[in-house]
Amino acid sequence: MSTLTPAAPHSTPPGPTALNTGTRRRGKSRMDPTRNNTAAGIAAWLLALLFATPVLWMILTSFHSETDAATNPPSVAANLTLDAYKEFFGASSGVSPWPPLINSATASILSTVLVLVLAIPAAYALSIRPVKKWTDVMFFFLSTKMMPVVAAILPLYLFAKTTGALDNIWFLVLMYTSMNLPIAVWMMRSFLAEVPEEMLEAAQIDGAGLLLTLRKIVAPVAMPGIAATALICFIFSWNELLLARVLTGVMAGTAPVFLTGFVSSQGLFLAKVCAAAVVISLPVLFAGFAAQDKLVQGLSLGAVK
Amino acid sequence: MTTATARVAGTGHSATKPSKNARSRERALAWARRAPLLPALIFLIIVTQLPFVVTLIISFLNWNSLRPDQTGFAGFENYIEVLTNADLRQAIFTTIILTVSVVLASLVIGLGLALLLDKKFIGRGLARTLLIAPFLVVPVAAALIWKHALLNPTYGLINGILTWIWWLFGSNTPPQPDLLSQAPLMAVIVSLVWQWTPFMMLILLAGLQSRPMDTVEAAQMDGATPWAIFRHLTLPHLRQYLELGGLLGAIYIVQNFDAVFTLTSGGLGTANLPYAIYQTFYFANEYGLASAAGVVVVIGTLIVATFALRTVFSLFKKEAAR
Repeated sequence: MSTLTPAAPHSTPPGPTALNTGTRRRGKSRMDPTRNNTAAGIAAWLLALLFATPVLWMILTSFHSETDAATNPPSVAANLTLDAYKEFFGASSGVSPWPPLINSATASILSTVLVLVLAIPAAYALSIRPVKKWTDVMFFFLSTKMMPVVAAILPLYLFAKTTGALDNIWFLVLMYTSMNLPIAVWMMRSFLAEVPEEMLEAAQIDGAGLLLTLRKIVAPVAMPGIAATALICFIFSWNELLLARVLTGVMAGTAPVFLTGFVSSQGLFLAKVCAAAVVISLPVLFAGFAAQDKLVQGLSLGAVK
Repeated sequence: MTTATARVAGTGHSATKPSKNARSRERALAWARRAPLLPALIFLIIVTQLPFVVTLIISFLNWNSLRPDQTGFAGFENYIEVLTNADLRQAIFTTIILTVSVVLASLVIGLGLALLLDKKFIGRGLARTLLIAPFLVVPVAAALIWKHALLNPTYGLINGILTWIWWLFGSNTPPQPDLLSQAPLMAVIVSLVWQWTPFMMLILLAGLQSRPMDTVEAAQMDGATPWAIFRHLTLPHLRQYLELGGLLGAIYIVQNFDAVFTLTSGGLGTANLPYAIYQTFYFANEYGLASAAGVVVVIGTLIVATFALRTVFSLFKKEAAR
């Protein structure tokens, strides 16, 4: 009956990528000449700095005055100031970024909660007590993710327009839920597959129901995975632009939409744009680094551990 | 919704008690298993499949919301228009170029970075963190930074660095190209490669670290060159990770809207299909045409996906078999 129940422990070295420094790494450094590693280290550091330059430049510029931000050659050592952040929060324009930031937070957090509520039981029915043809169901979920948003956006827009759901944050919450649900189901399935089978059998013998099993057995083991899934769903919702742009307006506009309308054609604005980019990216940076250990497994939909 | 699910599942469990009708018991059990799955499945069908069916219907209509009196059945007219309209054909072409080049470039660079990060060196954790950073900038913000802070012809960092380099060699006339207007598609590609390389790197690094090291060490003992080890041991092992990264990257990049919208507003031949469709329905109000273009995207994606899914499936099966 439970031949399809995936056996939990992975045979390949588990754990997050860089932290995976077990015996074999020690064995490897013995094989590799140190000289080789120094060269690799220097190359890696140079490339890391190259890749991080736009981010570091964005952060540095956000602390410069507008005049220092717009010089050529760049003013690296210019005085630091918080003016750009004050401007972003509406010091002179009076336009507060808080409503879009709150809208983004609402849409991202609520949709993430909804995704988890739907995805965890679904993943349960795909891994722990799998339905027949559960692989087909998995691929149905994935195929909905392959359908580009643009192929469904017009009916959604027309529906919202006729029902008055346009510019309503709740409609966006539902859209983000559907956008992230397939990914979350895939991620959660792989995390739930790590729950030891014996524990589940013991719970079943004790007559525990679905909800109790989920809460007492599955949740504690799968908690890091659930957290990572939540963080990744949060990131995708927070980043989303197309749906937000089409389905929201003045009231429910999210931070990315606000950001696209932020660049003025008048005067210098670079420092302000950098400050805005920093503020709006902060939640994603935090979420990303919080999920770092499980980021690969999550982003690869559980295929890579 | 969840409580209802739990209740259904609960009845399923109670059905395990001895019952006269074994078949109905079996059915109840099967439904008890399905029950936790149904809310997600039904929700997804309503929110994604239903709209697509509507898109399919609209694609056969002659429907421009500015001329509601002319709405009617159009047959395949919209599809013919999608394939013959110069702008939309260009958009199809741009989408393919954009997706293929971004996926390939970020895979190759990501592979290089993963190979470097697989070695042990001082500050590896920090280097890895710096390399992930581009992926954790909001895409719209990243595009804005590329457009204004890096590529701006007067005060962008790239031209600023060119000024420095030319100064270093005593020249006061550094080249100051306007890269965003001279090579707009390239600018979009580069900014996307920058954002997606960390993603590929993470997947490939995980792949590298799951290599069975005993064979590598055995090969080293036998005097195999690093290149031979890479070519004959590492690369075959990484194949499925490369395929997975490529597939997932392609899913996201085909649908990219943010970079095109922000960097170039779809001008100068950079409009990909998502952007072109957005414009067709949002600004031109050509609902029928936009829907037909949407259906074309789905057909294209399906063709690619059937090939790509096979590889994911093999990886997935391997994992599930454990």
